[in-house]
Amino acid sequence: MRTQAPAGAAAEAVAAASVEAYPRIVATLIRVTGDWALAEDCAQESLTVALERWPTDGVPANPGGWLMTVARNRAIDVLRRATVERRKLHDLALLTPDEAQPEPEAGQDVVDDRLRLIFTCCHPALAIEARVALTLRTVCGVPTADIARLLLVSESTMTRRLTRARTRIAQAGIPYRVPSGPALTERLPGVLAVLYLLFTRGYVADGEPAFAAEAVRLARLLERLMPDQSEVAALLALCLFQHSRRDARRDAAGNLLTLERQDRDRWDRDAIAEGLAALDRVRHDGSYAWQARIAACHATAASAVETDWPTIARAYDALADLRPSPVIELNRAVAHGYAYGPAAGLVVLEAARAGGGLDGYPLALAVQADLVARQGDRRRAAGLFREAAAAVGSTAERRALLDRADELAP
Amino acid sequence: MKYMMFVCSDAKPDTDPTELPDIHKWVAENDSRGRRLTGDALAPTSAATTVRVRDGELLVSEGPFAETAEVIVGFDLLDCADLDEAIEVARTHPMAREGRLELRPFADLPD
Repeated sequence: MRTQAPAGAAAEAVAAASVEAYPRIVATLIRVTGDWALAEDCAQESLTVALERWPTDGVPANPGGWLMTVARNRAIDVLRRATVERRKLHDLALLTPDEAQPEPEAGQDVVDDRLRLIFTCCHPALAIEARVALTLRTVCGVPTADIARLLLVSESTMTRRLTRARTRIAQAGIPYRVPSGPALTERLPGVLAVLYLLFTRGYVADGEPAFAAEAVRLARLLERLMPDQSEVAALLALCLFQHSRRDARRDAAGNLLTLERQDRDRWDRDAIAEGLAALDRVRHDGSYAWQARIAACHATAASAVETDWPTIARAYDALADLRPSPVIELNRAVAHGYAYGPAAGLVVLEAARAGGGLDGYPLALAVQADLVARQGDRRRAAGLFREAAAAVGSTAERRALLDRADELAP
Repeated sequence: MKYMMFVCSDAKPDTDPTELPDIHKWVAENDSRGRRLTGDALAPTSAATTVRVRDGELLVSEGPFAETAEVIVGFDLLDCADLDEAIEVARTHPMAREGRLELRPFADLPD
């Protein structure tokens, strides 16, 4: 059944269908042809054709299947002209739209092509920058020009980087496969790290949330494809809690707002609910699980003062045992400061400083300043905030720190 | 796929005190599974000789082609399904901990 659709509605239908269909088409065409560039071009082409045809022909009943058929036919045309091996053409011809998209059920051993694609794009034998760019381009379908702009390189540089990565996959012999058994346990954290990097790239202080929405979509997909790996659910929950605050993170002038200053009515309740549901599916105590539990405490607090700081402090203690790092020590100091008073926070901070772990972290000064302010020494706190402001790299962060200093001691 | 595995020294070897894997077992295991075709240890670079011909003139010099802190101390020729299998073979070689290993696929040149 087809319905006539106005141009705007058709464009929306193409955008909606492409979220599901694009990675599926690319992943399937790569498996059959082994040609990454061809797969991406044909997937892109299918969207272009849909944009031309759907406004007049109507949106097809099975938009994903329609796109897959167009992409497959396009790939057959290209390969026929290039007269490559008959085998690939034969396999392509056999590819029906529905066969190409099996939804794996839990416990079933059917590997989704999209999972192969994700694991290959995130292979540790590719440089981390190449993994991020390739995942964005190939799995998420973000145009090369947009990736280039948001990762601050020229489009030609990004094109070269992507071409090099695809060539390297073929030359180095990186397999198009999801590892199994212990190898999967070893490789999954690397995949999650790429996803989280993709997500946080959207949240650097001076930047706009660039790929956060893509990262959330990808985490949802990955969890659906690997329901037994609950670290994926933990990462999804963590991303959703952070993503729920995207509209509240800045004031009208564009300055960054700390959690306690954000208007909680502007937090995305749907994202928080989805995050809590994902957190419910977590069955282990990995690092994303602890981070997600911390983020959940913030997301569910009715106001800053009502935050469950003792739970957060315990979660940071666990995280510090699991994966010690300067950033975690800093956050642990903040959490202990709120849970048990500023003196307790300063004890944690001084212990971390004594270990030399916080050298070169201007935010350590900001945390100290905040704790000192809460002890009542406003002048000393203002001085520490100014010292921290002089050392941070981003303008938005510097502005926020100087504002704190001015409030304490104008 | 065929990979030349260069076995290299490294200024920062592993500090893990557990016993290193046995090289003879590694060779026997991978030879029997057809994943290692040949390989050997090499004499120190002080025994190396570099040969060039320029404008018809033979130039022979003492030493390796490049003076570097890390040097190639051996090689193994691997025949593996893909990079993941080659990495699995490499990780159990004692020099993965004592030094470092480079997996270089053979160029896929037309005949």
